[in-house]
Amino acid sequence: MSRIHITTTVNGETAEFLTEPRETLLDVLRNQLGLTGSKEGCGTGDCGACSVLLDGVLVSSCLVLGVEAQGKTVETIEGMATDGALHPLQRQFIEHAALQCGFCTPGILVAAKALLAQNDNPTETEIRYWLAGNLCRCTGYDKIVRAVQDAAAEMRGAA
Amino acid sequence: MPKDELKAGFRLVGTRPNRPDGLDKVTGRARYGADIVAANMLHAAVVRSPYAHARIKSIDASRALALEGVKAVITRADFPTGLTGEDWNLQENTIAGDTALYDGHAVVAVAATSALVAQDAARLIEVEYEVLPHVTDVDAAMAPGAPVIRAGNADHSVPEGMHPNVVRYIDFGHGDLEAGFAAADLIREGTYKTEATHQGYIEPHACLGQLGADGRGEMWVCTQGHWYIRRMCAAVLGIEAANLRVTPSEIGGGFGGKTTIFMEPLALALSRKAGGRPVKLVMSRAEVLRATGPTASASMDVKIGMKKDGTITAGQVNFRMQGGAFFGMSPIAEALPCAFACYDIPNLMHEGYEVLANRPKAAAYRAPGSPMAAFAVESLLDEMCRELSLDPLQVRLKNAAKEGTKSSYGPTYNRIGLVETLEATIAHPNLSAPLGPNQGRGVAAGFWFNHGGETSVSLQIGEDGTVGVSVGTPDIGGSRASIALMVAETLGIEYEAVRVNVVETGSLGVNEPTHGSRATFASGKAAVEAAESAIKQMCARAAAEWGIDPEAVEWADGAARPAGENAGKFPPLTIGEIGAKMGGTGGPISGHHESVPGGVGASFGVHVVDVEVDPETGKSTVLRYLVVQDAGRAIHPAYVEGQYQGGAAQGIGWALNEEYIYGADGRLQNPMFLDYRIPVASDLPMIDTVIVEVPNPGHPYGVRGVGETGIAPPLAAVANAVAAASGARLRTLPLSPPKVLAAIKAGQ
Repeated sequence: MSRIHITTTVNGETAEFLTEPRETLLDVLRNQLGLTGSKEGCGTGDCGACSVLLDGVLVSSCLVLGVEAQGKTVETIEGMATDGALHPLQRQFIEHAALQCGFCTPGILVAAKALLAQNDNPTETEIRYWLAGNLCRCTGYDKIVRAVQDAAAEMRGAA
Repeated sequence: MPKDELKAGFRLVGTRPNRPDGLDKVTGRARYGADIVAANMLHAAVVRSPYAHARIKSIDASRALALEGVKAVITRADFPTGLTGEDWNLQENTIAGDTALYDGHAVVAVAATSALVAQDAARLIEVEYEVLPHVTDVDAAMAPGAPVIRAGNADHSVPEGMHPNVVRYIDFGHGDLEAGFAAADLIREGTYKTEATHQGYIEPHACLGQLGADGRGEMWVCTQGHWYIRRMCAAVLGIEAANLRVTPSEIGGGFGGKTTIFMEPLALALSRKAGGRPVKLVMSRAEVLRATGPTASASMDVKIGMKKDGTITAGQVNFRMQGGAFFGMSPIAEALPCAFACYDIPNLMHEGYEVLANRPKAAAYRAPGSPMAAFAVESLLDEMCRELSLDPLQVRLKNAAKEGTKSSYGPTYNRIGLVETLEATIAHPNLSAPLGPNQGRGVAAGFWFNHGGETSVSLQIGEDGTVGVSVGTPDIGGSRASIALMVAETLGIEYEAVRVNVVETGSLGVNEPTHGSRATFASGKAAVEAAESAIKQMCARAAAEWGIDPEAVEWADGAARPAGENAGKFPPLTIGEIGAKMGGTGGPISGHHESVPGGVGASFGVHVVDVEVDPETGKSTVLRYLVVQDAGRAIHPAYVEGQYQGGAAQGIGWALNEEYIYGADGRLQNPMFLDYRIPVASDLPMIDTVIVEVPNPGHPYGVRGVGETGIAPPLAAVANAVAAASGARLRTLPLSPPKVLAAIKAGQ
């Protein structure tokens, strides 16, 4: 099957790859670009473990084709810490013990970052509904919600 | 041993430091099962039976083999014959022989140069089936006339005249049941059913396997126990265990479902057939739901006798469980002893049947068997408390098992903490939270044995006094942190100076998986023993340097110190100083410990849930949730709370949403997360926790194990709350809105 040349921007850097039209963005990120932080938990857009930002919009990268990344910007978990410093969400997740197995964590962090970008002071209910597309089987979500709340407070304080 | 004789006054145990693997896991660096590649790697795909029960008449892979990039196709013919018992079970489940036994049963596997080509090839493989009659319900499977799944599987325990699908019978009890019921003021009985649920770990099974023609191989795999993977793969493939080196990846959840093999031998067999090229095999979610995990479905009769004051005089259960089409997979032998384990009841009888059905081979799921048993017993107790106008927590307290109680399953309890757990529950503010219309409160208790298991740990003193600990129990929820805390506490050094590594099968003696709530108990206990062993050696090195008797040296605050009449004669030698010189003082210093640790301490939990039931839709909303559980000792309280909350969330899902739905054709109708709906963030409230600490005298820091118990009470607690809120008493899970609505309407 012929493959298509795609040029895109991933975590601030130009990235090129050849992809079959049927290949998902998730598979391209993981298998071609070596960015295995985004996970496949379902492949059907139900679990959110593959969450990335595509031109700033939160998407399930398992439901996006690799070819759709042409000319766009992609942000993954690997780009979340900047200049060696963890994002407040990342730090709060560690401090709150908001992860157990950690498999859903990258997707939840990316999704939470997208939430805080548009709502710097979400209520508990807003956090729970925003993250309803990110399944976690270990934690019961309690510590995740608290970590997002505290990261939001920290970021408001820093702003 | 009384509580105050255990170690107390800790420097580190009971604190909440950041977990050592936290940074890797928030940055995407942590490597899980599917995150690894190897040079010259192939990708595999599996052809699975679309039928619940079908004879495999022929397999034609010629079109697949003609596809560019396809390197190997395997069927059962590529595996050795003559296996028996559990080894045969494992092989038969890995790849079907003459007959596919459930929807999703693997039939053929293919390896190709890319995952997409492998999937294309799988679609080109033609399998001709002869569809056979099937049965998926446990009661239907043991009824006269049910299709026989495999004759001759029943063991000697099964009473004569039962259907051949009934393969195991267990009974035990004590006291005089008839007299017990005669002494009761109220006798009630009920039949309860739970559907199969899946562990629901978010990480699908994944492995990378390599096996050469010389029978030597390697595997990278997400698993709770890599020695189990080694032993099982070796048996299924007919190779020698020591020739297969298994390295565990980080694990994206297991809950019991990753304590066994499902597809790992396929990767190795494909590799062997493809000239030893490494083969990566990653399951899809649908494959995970159709062909791995689930727990048993259960049908359960319970009968309880109670006096007017709440004293339980007698209890009787008769449980039927199916664990798929394979002998020994249902948790019937665990469910029965869990049924009345919380209580001191003089007259008890337990009977249980294991039944084969055309369903996937069940795996352990968090406290296997206990949630079903608790659903049945704790629901009926709740009904009886209401009928007698008794407080359900006071009734549980009145009958609670305690130290010295002969347990329902035989042994006499050592120090246990159910009474303290109930007292802490009764004192909690959630019990006095006001309830509005259509709201109700439910309580239930639960139990798990906890577990020791084969354990081997090694500990190395570094040249700078830092310490490496090699353990064989994969870290699923913070066990690296809890083991590092205990080792640092024992050695008198900083938490950050200890690195706990989960190592591969070539590095330690055999370890059982991280299961049964054993990692912090067993690997922790062994790590403390290994640290004590290293301390002895370090004291001996100091004694030699000082020219005094080793017995005259004591260890405190990370240093050897002269003791007794030598006290103060020499300055302390720190672990760093001893480590720096060890090359010249006798060589490397390491501690080892191998055992099947005794001293396992059972744990009990009590849950309280407030639910609102919408009378128009039957939908239940969890308003408030409380978990109170005896941890023995919480080494890292944040991860103990996490286990309590996670267990509760899984139990809430089992109670309200989750079920395996089979069609009349025997096919699983909901093999995706959209339809197999586990709780999402907006389904749940904050989950309040109380950690009760009644230290286990069998562990140096009092640990009992905390993972399992938390899933036992929620099924009944939620059902009891729904009954209180709506008047609808449902005895079949899940409590889905249509079912609750129908029950409300039937009761009006």
